[in-house]
Formats: sequence, structure tokens, C-alpha cells
Amino acid sequence: MIIPHPLLGPRDSQEFVYMGDASLIKRPDPKKQNAQSEFYEYLYLRNNPAGTHKELWFHEQGDRSWLIVTRNTLTHEVIGAELAHDMGFESKD
Amino acid sequence: MTNKRSKGGIIDYSKVIYFSFNNKSLCGFKGDTLASALIANGIFLVGRSFKYHRPRGVMSAGSEEPNGLVTIKRSGSTVPNVLATTLELYPGLEAFSQNCWPSVENDFLAINDLLAPFLTAGFYYKTFMWPKSFWEAVYEPIIRKAAGLGSLNTKSDPDEYDKGFLHCDLLVVGAGVAGLWAAKLATKAGLKVLLADEDFLVGGRTLSETELLGGMKGVDWASKILDELKRSANFRYLSRTTVYGTYDHGIFGALEKVSDHMPVSPEGKPRQTLWRIYSRASLICSGATERITAFPNNDRPGIMQAGALRSFVNRWSIIPKGPVIVFSSTGDGERTVRDLLSNGISVRALIDSREITKENIFESDGVEVFRGAKVIDTFGRKGITHAEIETEIGEKKKLECRLLAVSTGWNPNIHLTSHHRAKPRWNKKIHSFVAQDKLPNNMFVAGAAAGVFSTPDIFTDVTKKTEIIIALLGFKKSKFTAPSVENIFYAQVESDVIWHISNGNKRAWVDLQNDVTVKDIQLSHQEGFVSVEHLKRYTTLGMATDQGKNSNVTGLAIMAEITGKSLENVGTTIFRPPYIPISIGALAGRSRDKNFRPVRLTPSHHWAKENGAVFIEAGQWLRAQYFPRPGETNWRQSVDREVLVTRSSVGVCDVSTLGKIDIQGKDSTEFINRVYANGFARLPVGKSRYGLMLREDGIVMDDGTTARLGETHYIMTTTTANAVGVFRHLEFCRQCLWPNLDVHLISTTESWAQFAIAGPNSRRVLRKVVDKEFDISNDAFPFMACGELTVFSGIRARLFRISFSGELAYEVAVPSKFGNSMMAKLTEVAAEFDGVPYGTEALGVMRIEKGHVAGNELNGQTTARDLGMAKFVSTKKDSIGAVLSRREGLNSDDGYSLVGIKPHSKSDVLVAGSHLFSNGSEITAKFDQGYITSAAYSPSLESSIALGLLKRGDKRIGENIKVVNLLAKSNTEAKVVSPHFIDPNGERLRG
Repeated sequence: MIIPHPLLGPRDSQEFVYMGDASLIKRPDPKKQNAQSEFYEYLYLRNNPAGTHKELWFHEQGDRSWLIVTRNTLTHEVIGAELAHDMGFESKD
Repeated sequence: MTNKRSKGGIIDYSKVIYFSFNNKSLCGFKGDTLASALIANGIFLVGRSFKYHRPRGVMSAGSEEPNGLVTIKRSGSTVPNVLATTLELYPGLEAFSQNCWPSVENDFLAINDLLAPFLTAGFYYKTFMWPKSFWEAVYEPIIRKAAGLGSLNTKSDPDEYDKGFLHCDLLVVGAGVAGLWAAKLATKAGLKVLLADEDFLVGGRTLSETELLGGMKGVDWASKILDELKRSANFRYLSRTTVYGTYDHGIFGALEKVSDHMPVSPEGKPRQTLWRIYSRASLICSGATERITAFPNNDRPGIMQAGALRSFVNRWSIIPKGPVIVFSSTGDGERTVRDLLSNGISVRALIDSREITKENIFESDGVEVFRGAKVIDTFGRKGITHAEIETEIGEKKKLECRLLAVSTGWNPNIHLTSHHRAKPRWNKKIHSFVAQDKLPNNMFVAGAAAGVFSTPDIFTDVTKKTEIIIALLGFKKSKFTAPSVENIFYAQVESDVIWHISNGNKRAWVDLQNDVTVKDIQLSHQEGFVSVEHLKRYTTLGMATDQGKNSNVTGLAIMAEITGKSLENVGTTIFRPPYIPISIGALAGRSRDKNFRPVRLTPSHHWAKENGAVFIEAGQWLRAQYFPRPGETNWRQSVDREVLVTRSSVGVCDVSTLGKIDIQGKDSTEFINRVYANGFARLPVGKSRYGLMLREDGIVMDDGTTARLGETHYIMTTTTANAVGVFRHLEFCRQCLWPNLDVHLISTTESWAQFAIAGPNSRRVLRKVVDKEFDISNDAFPFMACGELTVFSGIRARLFRISFSGELAYEVAVPSKFGNSMMAKLTEVAAEFDGVPYGTEALGVMRIEKGHVAGNELNGQTTARDLGMAKFVSTKKDSIGAVLSRREGLNSDDGYSLVGIKPHSKSDVLVAGSHLFSNGSEITAKFDQGYITSAAYSPSLESSIALGLLKRGDKRIGENIKVVNLLAKSNTEAKVVSPHFIDPNGERLRG
């Protein structure tokens, strides 16, 4: 597989470590009343789509960027890749 | 009985090559394969079949060969299952038949053939069911020995293999007419082109036929195109290279047989290279495979594909002794008869299954032609002697022959197109499967692989597809006129289809390599295996090393017939990589033996080696385990001494393998406070603190110490095992969870060499190491202090007063390049106090004596509470894992706690992994109370001791329990004690 790194161009997936669903970047607010159940859902309940999926890949043998890669789980087609850092900013502000 | 050779063909008669087969000396020529040389020497019988041990001969002339598998001697070792049809002859080649004993001529297990009525599909499953225990012990070993192909020699592979990476715009698979023409068009258009072919010559099928291209013989036209292409810098040709697999995003795997055609690999060259090819587009021009219809006794030596026989006659210029019978359902029958006659080979008859009226053009040559006829049986044990035919009007005739050439249609080689799940579709016109029209990652198929069989049509087809690719990749095409084709033969025109022929009880083979007959398929259907996938597995059809290249389509057609479905509806299984067998050596490449994975050496490795250390692998690290002294005969003597000397004076240990992460930035305090469960917000500059790190699910991830060197500068340490994972986790927290924090991380594990100096004399040693201007007295540099200073007259260093051993102890870090000499100097100074270096074993003993947790306790199942560190999870702040660590399930009263365990008797030994039971309880899983995580012999206590996790352990100190090791069948009486065997109040640390 080839991952189009937003800074480094096309890179072989062997350079990366896979983590899982990109929703993991949206950590729940621990101060909320129902924090326990939100954390439970955050950690254990994931969608398992047949089709487009956003997922986290770490460029461990490269620049150590965490990327959010959009991949079709049926065809392995990679639709895009963004820096998780940038996406994290957007979701926080 | 040697066969004659004509002076034609693609053979260099000036180069005679001597080789041997089953220890018999033979000779061939340069240009021969082992198969062609054997046939030239009159040898048709090459091996015995998988199950029935039937005599078998070469059936094809390419990589689809099911029978011609041999074992060869190479580099003092043996290589099994080598295809005689693709193995280039080299001087001194030694090849042997397989699956026969005592010899291929007289095979003891040929008796299996007489037992055939019992050895049908599913025989083993049905027969060897009782008694159950006999399967592994008795039946399977016997069956394994009787069945099978070549055997492994179990020695290490003496050859070397390489891996390589290639990038191109267009990968062309196959260098036949289609592939060469595509490569030419694409190269001229400026694409970076890679052309791969498994043969040692370019030309593909044209090397074996008599068509003229541009007025030239096929071989001459092909080499002319290749010579021309080789002058372009944007073209690369990989000879003897099989593209064996299609992977995601235009990536292909290919195996180049670099020196399989030589007696030994030349200096510095591997036997094979495994290429990983990155392409923007690919064109599959892999040709087609001629199928052999399943007629009774169709497996005798001397029966082969008509196309293969034409190869042996035209390319390898062999004039086999006749008479030959040609059996065909296509126009290829006439083509074969014509080629044989023109080489002076006697042809007895042409059996044409088509019911057509056509004049016999071979009448003057004495060839009888039977239209609407078929072969219904053959005779001859070790080689065919007669064929029995049934004519159009049902008349049976027995005709003499020494060879039977069969041509019943061609199957496109579409393996590479379906590795990505693109299901092949049925093409009625050619009676075979072709690739889907739209394939992923810019893959196209052209020529015979696309079901286009006549040469002029191939040029049209490949030109069209190459031009699509040229445009797709943004290049401009230029016009080239395809060469003229003379002596054309339209093989597939008016072809008939004939999948199998039945004749009473006689067996007709579908899969020759796995000995699967038409009857086996019928039987599996009767027994309810209706899907193609089940059929394959039950009968093992297409599951041998040839992966059903020849048998798959025929098998499916028979299945369709039995079920009354059309072939479209029966469907096909899709192919999986690899297209040809790939040796494990090639997949491993250079990653074998000591290069299997990198070895990491500690900075003081050389010193440790010079000083006689015994090393142990810890992950990738090679660490000093202990340092035996003269006279010590047992590792325990060395370890006990190292522990006792450290506790009474001083010991020095390389601890550089611990992960070190440099954390900086104005939000670094906040960051660390969020990733550790315990508070770090008020750690003063110049102090270190123990940190406990949780996973988000509340389980302990890692621990270590973090030192605050400056207002916004921290050094975090991790355990050796988790160094990589913790760093990855911290980067995730930084980039994904809290991108607003101003914090930066860098791993400095390999930049600093770090040494523990432990024991009551450690400060005295350090005083001689640290430069005079730095005050390291107990007041100036108390327990948990840290700071930057210099050692040995100006060498930059960091000092941490932390202790894993439980003694007064320090860790000192210097830049890695000074690590080896630092260790030498530290032990030299320590020796003045009779101190010693110590290894990981003593390190482990001392931490167990002290009750410090390590990897055995941080096992991915334990919480802070289990480890007696509930208080470490701060409730005043948020940190990773804090919320879920408060889950009910992780806080039950019945939970584990870390305890110390000591046997009643000093002679009893505790073993890690043993389970704990209450006194008097039943020894079953139901009553299990916990287990031992770490155990050691404590020389300080002169007893075996252990740490363990015990249910409600914190409330059971003083209780007598049982330590049970069911593997060693031991049951030891022991006492639950505090996990801190030594200095429970920590007075030594602060001294």
C-alpha cells in the first residue's frame, strides 16, 4: 500500500504503524457528568464500515507524523491523507 | 534411445553441456532446458505421481508443468520441486526424480495404483478415523511419506538471496509478441518501462511457432526489438523474472532467477532476487496455457500438449521418434501435424473431435484424419505405446504411437488480474475465463492473456491498450506500423470444446500434479460438495505447486456439467499470489541468521565483552547478563556475588537501554502532568519523580522516572521494552489529542549512555568521577535530585539520584560516544572499594528483593491498584486512563494485589508462572487465587523469593498459601509477605 503523506509525498505503508479509527482523536471531556460512559464508547465502540474509513497511521520510520488516512476498506483505495495535528486543531477550536 | 536433433531451433550446437539425471551422464546444448535435454536424450519418464505413484513424463514446456518436477543438487545441498521445463541446462547439473523408491523405473509404491478404487477423494478423512490418537502418531506420518512431491533436506539454505525495489510508469508482464510491442510503443512515448519475462529469451510463444514477423523468424524479430529498446534509458528488461503477485496501489512482486542457470552463483551475486515493483500502470501480456482434456489414461509419459511438442520440435529442434498421434479440438491440430511433417517426424493420425467436413491435406504424407473422433484410452506403462480411438460412427480402433499430442484449447493466464479480487468472467467464444474489463490500479490485459490468439489481432489489441495507457499517464503516442505476419495460423477458429471423455471405469486425470480424476470430482459432488471452493478443498484440485494452471478450468467445466449449471454460474475461485512457488529463502532475503533482525549493542558492549560478560538478548538489545570471575562454575555464583557486593559496597551497571525522551516547550509541565497518572505539576527544577503511565482503558502501560532539568525541560525514562510504544503514544497525545500544547518530543535513548552506580559506597565512587566544583553531598544532592554537571575533567554529564536496587544509588549519563570508556573508568574506581560491574540478572534479583515492579508485573493486565499504587492515580486532575481506571470492574474487592511470597523451607524454589492456592483448597482453576510474576534466589535473604498477584493480597500478609506448578508437579508451602523484602522503609536510599 502507498500512503500519500501530505509533507513527504507517496510513502510505502511499511514505514507506518497502524492504530485504528480516526475518531480516537476526539477524546471525551473528562469533567462531564457521564464521562465514564463517554470514555467507554470512545474506547470500545467503533463503526466498522464497508467502504470509506478514516484511520490513524503513524509515520514511525519517517517524520513521526500521525496521519489521518481516508481509505476504502473494500478496495484498499486511499482517497487522501492529512496531518492529524491539523485535524486535531480543527476539532478542538 | 536418443532422439535426433535438426540443425534448426534456438540452440548453440557449439556449446555442449554435460549433466546427469538419476546419476546417468547425459549431454545437451546451450539453449536447452532440462526438459528439452531429457527428451532429446529419449527420456520421457521423469517422475512418479503424487498419490498413485503412476509413471509421469513432461507434459508442457513452461511454468505450468505438473509432472516434470525434479530435485537438484546445488551448493552442496538439494532443492526439491524444480521445474524441468523452465530449468536452464548448465554444466554439471545433477537432477533426480522425485516420489519414487527405489527408482523411477521401479517404484515400490506403484501398488497404490492398484489400490486406486479405495484411494478416492476424501479417502483419508473417511478411513483413518479410528482410533483418534492414531492419526498423528501412525496414519499421518505414513501417508505423508507415501504421498507428496520432493522432500526438504532440513539443512540451512546455502544460497544467498537479495531484495530490490524498482519504480516505473508501466510494468509489462511477459515479453512475447504483445509484451515486446507494448514495451516498444510505451518506451518510444517516453514512459519509464519495465519489461519482465520468466524465460531466458524474449519472444514468448513466437519462439516455438513458425510464423514470420516482418519477414523474420520470431526469435530474430524479438531480439531485434529488444536490442532497439535496450538503447533507451527509460527501458529496463528483467530476464528470467516471474511477476508472481499483484498488490495494492500498483505494487507487484517479482522473482528474478539470477543464477539458477549456473552451477554456482558468481561471487557477490545472489541465487535469486525478490523485486518489489512500484508501477503507475501495468499491462499483463502473460499469454495462455494449453489445456489437456480429461480422457481416460491421459497421464502416460509421451502424452503432452501439442503446443509443447511444437516447442520441443521448433525451438529445441528435437526430432522425436514417431509415430505421433495428434488429438485436437481446434485448428492447432493441423498446425501441429504440419510442423511435425516438415521436420520429417512420422505422424500416424490426426484425431479431430470437430464434426466438420474438410479435406485431408496430409493424405500424401500417410496421415489418417478422423473427424468427429476422440481418444478413449491409452496403453503403455512407462510410456505410451497405443491410443484407442472412437470414430464418428462409434467404431473403436487401437493405433500405435510413441507420442500423443493434445490440443484442446487455450486458457488465458489471468492470475495476476484476479489477485485483487476482480473475479474473472466466462468468455463463450474461447471457452475460458478472461479478466474483467475494468481492473484496479490502471491494470490492462492484452494479447493471448486477453483471449486474443491470432498474431495480427494481438498487434491490434496491444496497440490499442498501450495507447490508452500512454494517454492515461499523460504522454503522447507516436505511430508505429505493426510488422507483417506471414505463415499465419488461426488456432482457435472453429474450435470445439471437449472437457472430458468417459469410458467405463477408466480414470481420466484433471489435475495431474495432485492426482485428481474426473471421478473424484463426481464423487465430491455426490457427497454434497456443491460450491467451487469446497470442491477444491475436498479433492485438492488445483492445490499443488502448479496451483491448477492446467486443471482449474477443466475442473470447473466438469463441475458445471454435473450440476447442470452454465460455467458463468458455477464461477471460478480467484487466484492468489504467488503465481509460481517462491522459496522461503527468497522471501527472507538477507534477513536470516544473525541478520534476521538488527542487534542493538549497549554503549559499554565492547568493555563488557573484554571483561568476559555473558550476554542475553532483551528484545533487540544484547545486554550483559553477568560477569563470571575465575573459579565460578555456575551462573548463580556470579549473580549472588554481584548482588552481595553491590549491597555491601558498590556495583556498576549499564542501563542505557531504558528509553529516554527529551521533552521541551512551554507547556511541557502540563503535558507530562496529563500523560502520567500521578501529579507532576509541582515537581521542582533539579528533582526527579517516579511516574506511572496508564493506557486510556485504565491499565498500567509503563513506568519510569522523569527529571526536571529546567523550567521547560524534562527527561523522561521508560522501560526498555516499552521505549518505542511510549514514544509513539506520547506523539499521539501531542499531535492528536492536545495539538494546542506547545511541547516537543525527541527520543534520546541512543544519544546518552547511562550507568547505575548502586551501593553504600556509590557516593564515594562518584566523588572521584564528578568534577570537583560540583557538590554531591547528601544535603546538596539529596534522594531524587537531578542535575547537569561534568565528569572526568569536563565531560558533559547528567546525574540522577534514583535507585532501582533499593540502595543508595545514582544514575549518571554521558554522551554515548563516551559510554565504553565511562564504564571502564567507573569499574576501575569502583574496584578501589572492591566494587563490581553487575549485569541484568543481579539487577533483576535486587529489584525483586526491593519489591519494585517491572515488565513481569506491568503485563498489560494490571491496574495501579493491583500493583499497590492506587494512590498514584490522582483524582485532582485529568490524565490518560484516569476516568476508566475508576471503573467498577477494575476496583472490585476481589481484585489482585502485589505481594511478596517466601517459601517455608529455604531449600524450596519458587518459579514464575506458578499459581497460588489457599491452604486446603482444591487445586483447580475455580479456586485459583493468583500467580507468581517474578521469582529469584535472594542471596541477601538466602532464600528463594517471589513477587506475585494474589486476590485481596494486601489483606492477607502473613497467610500461609500453596504455590503450585502443575508443569513441574510441585506444590510448595509458602507465606504471603510484604513485597519489600529489603529495607521496607527506604532508609538506605536516603543515606
